[in-house]
Amino acid sequence: MINPPASFRWLRRVVLLVLAVFTLTPVAVMLSSSLKPLRDVQGPWRWIPSELTFRPYVDIWKTVPLAKYFTNSLIVAGSATALSVLIALLAGYAVSRYRFRGKKIFTITVLSTQMFPGILFLLPLFLIFVNIGNSTGIALYGSRGGLILTYLTFSLPFSIWMLAGYLDSIPRDLDEAAAVDGCGPIRTLVQIIVPAALPGIIAVAVYAFMTAWGEVLFASVMTNDQTRTLAVGLQGYATQTDVYWNQVMAASLVVSLPVVAGFLLLQRYLVAGLTAGAVK
Amino acid sequence: MSEKVIDRQTVGKEAAPKGAAPARRRLRDKFGRSALPYLLLLPALLAELLIHLVPMVTGIVMAFKQLTQFFIRDWGSAPWSGFDNFKVALEFNAPVGKALLHSFWVTCGFTVLSVGLSWLIGVTASIFTQDAFRGRGLLRAAFMLPYALPVFAAVITWSFMFQRDTGLINHVLHDQLHLTSDKPFWLIGDNSFWALLTVSVWKSWPFAFLTLTAGLQNIPRELYEAAALDGAGVWQQIRRITLPSLRPVNLVLVLVLFLWTFNDFNTPFVLFGKSAPQAADLISIHIYQSSFITWNFGQGSAMSVLLLLFLLLVTAVYLFATNRRRGEAE
Repeated sequence: MINPPASFRWLRRVVLLVLAVFTLTPVAVMLSSSLKPLRDVQGPWRWIPSELTFRPYVDIWKTVPLAKYFTNSLIVAGSATALSVLIALLAGYAVSRYRFRGKKIFTITVLSTQMFPGILFLLPLFLIFVNIGNSTGIALYGSRGGLILTYLTFSLPFSIWMLAGYLDSIPRDLDEAAAVDGCGPIRTLVQIIVPAALPGIIAVAVYAFMTAWGEVLFASVMTNDQTRTLAVGLQGYATQTDVYWNQVMAASLVVSLPVVAGFLLLQRYLVAGLTAGAVK
Repeated sequence: MSEKVIDRQTVGKEAAPKGAAPARRRLRDKFGRSALPYLLLLPALLAELLIHLVPMVTGIVMAFKQLTQFFIRDWGSAPWSGFDNFKVALEFNAPVGKALLHSFWVTCGFTVLSVGLSWLIGVTASIFTQDAFRGRGLLRAAFMLPYALPVFAAVITWSFMFQRDTGLINHVLHDQLHLTSDKPFWLIGDNSFWALLTVSVWKSWPFAFLTLTAGLQNIPRELYEAAALDGAGVWQQIRRITLPSLRPVNLVLVLVLFLWTFNDFNTPFVLFGKSAPQAADLISIHIYQSSFITWNFGQGSAMSVLLLLFLLLVTAVYLFATNRRRGEAE
């Protein structure tokens, strides 16, 4: 804006302040409650703990098998991310660099799967996994493998779209120079394109990891006691009679840490990737 | 001079084997080139087929079957039931259809309010953070936190805040501001709609903010300078330059937000647990409940197919309407 008057600047301050409070209140609640003794969260709300305690951070690992859920989530989200990035890179490279029959249909079909309600896939996928298990013995239902496969596919459409957009912004002269030097397509991809597209690849990886880490619907149906992820496991702090809210908040904070830290560190790549996509 | 000749000779020598490459290799290259894009797409295609397309077709087939708990192990043997599942779902005078219709209207109202508010807050915040000021980077990072936090961790925190006796919301509204005569329940009864809406807006607006901030960066500053020279005030700059320039971003953003919000399952599921209150009975969770409580997957699939048809219709109309208007403008 050019020459904003004082009234505008004041309105701006007030609105931004209100929004910051709205945004950050849950984070403050998480932080303050996670340092409270149990009696504080069982009575009326208070901002300041009556005594500071780190007990919840110790207890969370005992009340529910949080370490196991954590490991499951790490394995599932990590594998889904690695595979999703790899597959999206290959597909994005094909879409960006080659003309081929069916390209438009491919991109439209893949992108349109994004709009379909998850609930539409849930029931059939549940049945398909159960039936594959019954007929071939490959356990997809209840296993980490099934969840990895599902999650990698969830982030795939958007990842392909974002990477194809990012690769379009890398000049083709690079490819041609590599071809003159005698590089085949795959070597060009690995040695020339991947380093040049690294910011885009990082953005896609962050997105894929966040998608897999936070998913609830399929995790609640497709996992069992052994393969349960954090998204479902966190509800274990509520018993029949009581909820250990201080532990719930401590656990929420702990499980948010990896993604939030990753996001804040790498957000400019994600924003750049989103921008590349949005501008197209 | 002589150097050049030598140069050309060596170049010629190096290039020679390439030029004389056997026809076989060129043929293989040609075939390799044309098959290569498909090979590169193959893993993506397989994953999409297994997780998205095959289940979708299966889901449509299931909708025409009488698929109850007796046939879960071998769903192919379930008897065909024609349009029965659809008839039951659309019989709005009978309990099942009535509940579905109610859930549909709740979802519509919820989606319109959530998308509208998320967009409004997103556009306001992105315009207000456009000019550089001290602490802007920090503020932007804070605004994006709800997008970065895992849904289940954030929503579970909100459910703690909405607790009747121990929560922050009632403490502020009742104990501190004395706005209510009694502490209201937020997670059961009619208030649950507003609780759900608050959480949904909190969670969605950062995405609008992110996208719109990216969109704003493409507006050249000269435009504003020219407008200011012509005597346009701040509000006129926003109305005449900013908002029209954001139109292409808005078109995609509103559609994406609509689809996400309409299909949202995670927020109500974590906020209310497995039984959502009537007032906040979003369609995804309604279908989930009616499928897994009764184990009538055929019925649930029919409802999902109806939901998909509705979303396709809305998207088609939206794209058609916005395209035509863009065509008229040009």
